[in-house]
Amino acid sequence: MTETDKSLLVVHNLSVAFGTKDNPFKAVDRVSFHVEEGEVLGIVGESGSGKSVSSLALMGLIDFPGRVTADELRFKTTDLQTLNEKARRKITGDEISMIFQDPMTSLNPSYTVGNQIMEAIEVHQGGSKKERMTKAIDLLRQVGIPAPESRINSYPHQLSGGMSQRVMIAMAIACDPRLLIADEPTTALDVTIQAQIIELLLKLQREKQMGLVLITHDLALVAEAADRVVVMYAGQIVETGPASEIFKAPKHPYTQALMNSLPESSEGKDRLNALPGVVPGANDRPQGCLLNPRCPYATDRCRVEEPEQYGPRGRQVKCFYPLDESGRPTV
Amino acid sequence: MSEPIMNQTASAESTKKAPIMSGVGLKQHYPVKQGFMKPPGLVKALDGVNFSVEAGKTLAVVGESGCGKSTLARLLTMIELPTEGELNFEGKNLLTLDRETRKELRQRIQIIFQNPYGSLNPRKKVGSILEEPLVINGKLTKAERKERALNLLQKVGLKPEHYDRYPHMFSGGQRQRIAIARGLMMNPKVVVADEPVSALDVSVQAQVLNLMMDLQQELDLAYVFISHDLSVVEHIADKVMVMYLGKVVEYGATEDIFTHPQHPYTRALLSSTPRIDPEHRIEKIQLTGELPSPLNPPSGCAFHGRCEFANERCKVETPALKDKTGESSVACFGIDENRLPYIDR
Repeated sequence: MTETDKSLLVVHNLSVAFGTKDNPFKAVDRVSFHVEEGEVLGIVGESGSGKSVSSLALMGLIDFPGRVTADELRFKTTDLQTLNEKARRKITGDEISMIFQDPMTSLNPSYTVGNQIMEAIEVHQGGSKKERMTKAIDLLRQVGIPAPESRINSYPHQLSGGMSQRVMIAMAIACDPRLLIADEPTTALDVTIQAQIIELLLKLQREKQMGLVLITHDLALVAEAADRVVVMYAGQIVETGPASEIFKAPKHPYTQALMNSLPESSEGKDRLNALPGVVPGANDRPQGCLLNPRCPYATDRCRVEEPEQYGPRGRQVKCFYPLDESGRPTV
Repeated sequence: MSEPIMNQTASAESTKKAPIMSGVGLKQHYPVKQGFMKPPGLVKALDGVNFSVEAGKTLAVVGESGCGKSTLARLLTMIELPTEGELNFEGKNLLTLDRETRKELRQRIQIIFQNPYGSLNPRKKVGSILEEPLVINGKLTKAERKERALNLLQKVGLKPEHYDRYPHMFSGGQRQRIAIARGLMMNPKVVVADEPVSALDVSVQAQVLNLMMDLQQELDLAYVFISHDLSVVEHIADKVMVMYLGKVVEYGATEDIFTHPQHPYTRALLSSTPRIDPEHRIEKIQLTGELPSPLNPPSGCAFHGRCEFANERCKVETPALKDKTGESSVACFGIDENRLPYIDR
């Protein structure tokens, strides 16, 4: 799938830099992707890969000293970069909304959940208090909270983690967004609750034909939920493609290594195929391809030159020697 | 329930070895104040748990938050003493021993915590973090202590120069290695690992799991591996114990439990674990609702409110963990009465 004028969101060469002008640290480095209506895009990567910073940049939530630059940042037909703050806030929270990782800290402990949901409706849609209350109760029902009429008066501490995340989702869909960004929505939750929340998100996404960006470190979760996948490493996109293809035959050594390091892929064997080393931090990014110190296939070229995105649009890989069907590098 | 289930379900191979550590009918009840003039409630964090683990083997304890798995970890390491039950280590009941012997034996049981960012003192150098258990318990000289610390640093894949560094200079995976090294300083026989890889990235997680498996082989350690991640458990464990609300609902060899999960809760846990390979996925079982409050647990089988197979009997009677020869033991009336379909993965 490629981007068109009808694409919901188009991001082209988005970079986010911190630190000084002379010695910037690029937390996100020339990242391009797009999201279509009614599609689930999964962004996977380990911590430090820039997946959360990208989503914050989209929402306009990067403050000084972070610097956001992009060739294109378009939502439907609106260029997000030229908007002033007020106009942008009209879109974010209304047409684009976001769910964060830790529901316990994302909710304000001093207000009831009803109050917080109604605030979102008030800001973007207005209406009398009674209307907003009815809407909030309806939203709580949509996200599967039992007895919403009484739950609306609960404070966050009276809710479990799963329930709080449901409230966050209710708040996020309060204004019928076209695009929902979920940043690690289930990481803080138990597996059975995780399954419930993902099911809920996908159900809402289908019903409302929203675009859903699912950001997570859990490859298996993305493999089950997403239509298309973007794999990030150290601030850069290393591979993009349909979920079915990426997880069947990964083309980038990093994607392959991540999949191999899962216990699932080495059943019966004693040792796991661990990727040596860690994601490079701010001060130790290598020259050339950022994966080269950890990559089993790296050559001298990889240590000097940085690869571009190769491959057809929609199935790209940032590697000089993309892996073939059998998982070996092409030379 | 009072009979120890150890060895009855174990395979012929492991019956040769006596368990290095076992628990019989472990209970941990906490009184909880419910407010002025109200009678205190009782939280049954653990309610009659039996287990056993052999040297060189791994027992995994699986369950969601609030099921009592961390309470069990605290009992095993004797950070807390149980309200009731027996805790045997090398054939002696730790709870009836005198203080001195208990202190002596206790050193052989060590713990690794979940979050290496919280479990290492940021003001101490790695060297003194590692040597602290020796200073408290041991009779070694300063030079001997340092030698042992350097030795273990190397064993967990770190370098001698790391001895003089502070925890903040390390990545999460390296910190977990330090925590593992500290756990091994006293030459333990049993290591309780409470979610040791949950806070780590996927690629680092594999490194740490490999390290733990290597050390187990080398030192013949017994692991009690507490985790909610079933794909990790499937890989590392020899036996699995599934807990729900303070009780064991299923207990058996890893292979049995993962190929023929019996208890509906085990099945739900397995089906909720996301898998990359579509062939590894089993039909999703959506559990409705959440873990009930342990202050006010449901009558009968604690799981009945979330179980699609529950009938009237489940609401009234409490199922006991039942042994079946050659299979895992399970606490479920549905299984006894053949109400559940057989699963074969």
